[in-house]
Amino acid sequence: MPQPHIDVRYVANLARLALDEAEIATFQGQLDAILGYVETLSQADVSGIEPTAHAAAVFGRMRADEPHASLPAAGLLDNAPDQAQSQLRVPKVVADA
Amino acid sequence: MSISELKKQFIEGRTTPVAVINRLAGEISARDARTGAYLSHNLETALAVAGRADLSLPLGGVPIAIKDNINALGQPCTCGSRILAENYRAPYDATVIRKLRAAGAIPFGRMNMDEFAMGSSTENSALQTTRNPHDPERIVGGSSGGSAAAVADGTALVALGSDTGGSIRQPASHCGVVGLKPSYGRVSRYGLVAFASSLDQIGPLTRSVEDAARILQVIAGPDPADSTCLDAPVPDYLSGLNDGVKGLRLGLPKEYFGDGIDPGVRRQVEAAVAKLAGQGAEIIDISLPHTGYAVATYYVIAPAEASSNLSRFDGIRYGHRTASPADIDTLYQRSREEGFGPEVKRRIILGTYVLSSGYYDAYYHRAQQVRTLIRRDFEQAFGGVDAILSPVAPTPARKLGVNAEDPLQEYLSDIFTLAANLAGACAISVPCGTTAFDGAAALPVGLQIIGPHLGEAMLLRVARAAE
Repeated sequence: MPQPHIDVRYVANLARLALDEAEIATFQGQLDAILGYVETLSQADVSGIEPTAHAAAVFGRMRADEPHASLPAAGLLDNAPDQAQSQLRVPKVVADA
Repeated sequence: MSISELKKQFIEGRTTPVAVINRLAGEISARDARTGAYLSHNLETALAVAGRADLSLPLGGVPIAIKDNINALGQPCTCGSRILAENYRAPYDATVIRKLRAAGAIPFGRMNMDEFAMGSSTENSALQTTRNPHDPERIVGGSSGGSAAAVADGTALVALGSDTGGSIRQPASHCGVVGLKPSYGRVSRYGLVAFASSLDQIGPLTRSVEDAARILQVIAGPDPADSTCLDAPVPDYLSGLNDGVKGLRLGLPKEYFGDGIDPGVRRQVEAAVAKLAGQGAEIIDISLPHTGYAVATYYVIAPAEASSNLSRFDGIRYGHRTASPADIDTLYQRSREEGFGPEVKRRIILGTYVLSSGYYDAYYHRAQQVRTLIRRDFEQAFGGVDAILSPVAPTPARKLGVNAEDPLQEYLSDIFTLAANLAGACAISVPCGTTAFDGAAALPVGLQIIGPHLGEAMLLRVARAAE
């Protein structure tokens, strides 16, 4: 297993979290301690063991293909932080050429 | 008062659903400022529904408090988080709410919780502190702390919670009420705000095992809106409830009775085991050899799933958005930074890390393999016993604030409840007396009973005998 150390600043960026410096410092010690504990997993003999993703896995479940009403757009849009013309409004996503 | 007693009073005309809601509102006004279990409640709506309640239905006119991560149309659903606290209103009913309404129940009250169900004390709620009704300086447990506290305090008759690693059972234990985590796939998760999708289950917190059975009866069963919810038929959970434990084989896993258990907890759990033996159960020593890996396994898998599930909170479609972001990346990063509390951020970072390139195999894949070993432990054990007995938590409720800077220490207190979620088993916490602890004279202790997957009928039968 790798050494238990998270590059908190790098991973927070992956997770789209703008942490401040104090948070980074606090989380660094806490997360390294947690990862150090998680290292105990390296002692388990898992050779040839299949992973479990779900405790009661079911696959290929299909519901009946029948038309039904969707949730009303108005109620959903009421929860949006910013909306206009029945659409979600966001800052410009595509940069100028 | 039990559901059956309340129904009897309705039928005899001694009270009405409207009077019950009004009485609860009075209890909330009188006591909830001290306990802090309720985040909100809508008296007007509940009274209107109560006024037309159909008393012939299984839960006709029965008010039920709802953990604030289960969507009920038009009501808040804060998940104990600033990111949903500002203006979110549920645009639909969760399947459990739809089923409860169809059975005549009245959802009343939104209950405090650890933010996004991440915690074991309800101290991680960004919105308010919930205090133990048995001692206001102590935690209620978590994450379904508001639900447990209100049932214990008499400000709710029954409640729904959710359990990802013990979040129904542990607060039930700390507050002295019954808390049932159904088997994975027994109850639809549609409309439950997802924390760790392979572990989450909704279940009841009640004052009696019979009430838990009555609520499970209503909320269990298949749902086309949740493909992980199983088609298995729902048995009658009430008919065999009082069959007793004579001739049943009950397992005591040695790994759950080792060092680190408070002596008072051990004494009360052993007394509960002796009581079941006295009723004719055969007590069998067993081993769940991979128990020591449960905490590490859980704290890889649950944060991994959470980091993915919580990516939906991005300030676009619902929830908090930062003021005047310069660009879309700033919108995402600042909205999440401002909206999430520290425990949620820790778990998102941990989960993102264990899923990231170069670490996936060492952490996430390995944890899933160990999860298989833990699941097999239970499968083997249930080859020889009908149910497993253990403590719910190593100690009674601790004081508020103790583990604020030490999340790992807090995680370790989940040792006895996590494995049932990893294995998909059903499990219940039943009060088994009180003990002196850490300066308090009498704090509740819970007996955990774990049953095989879809073994709720057997589980409830053993729980009823232990009650």
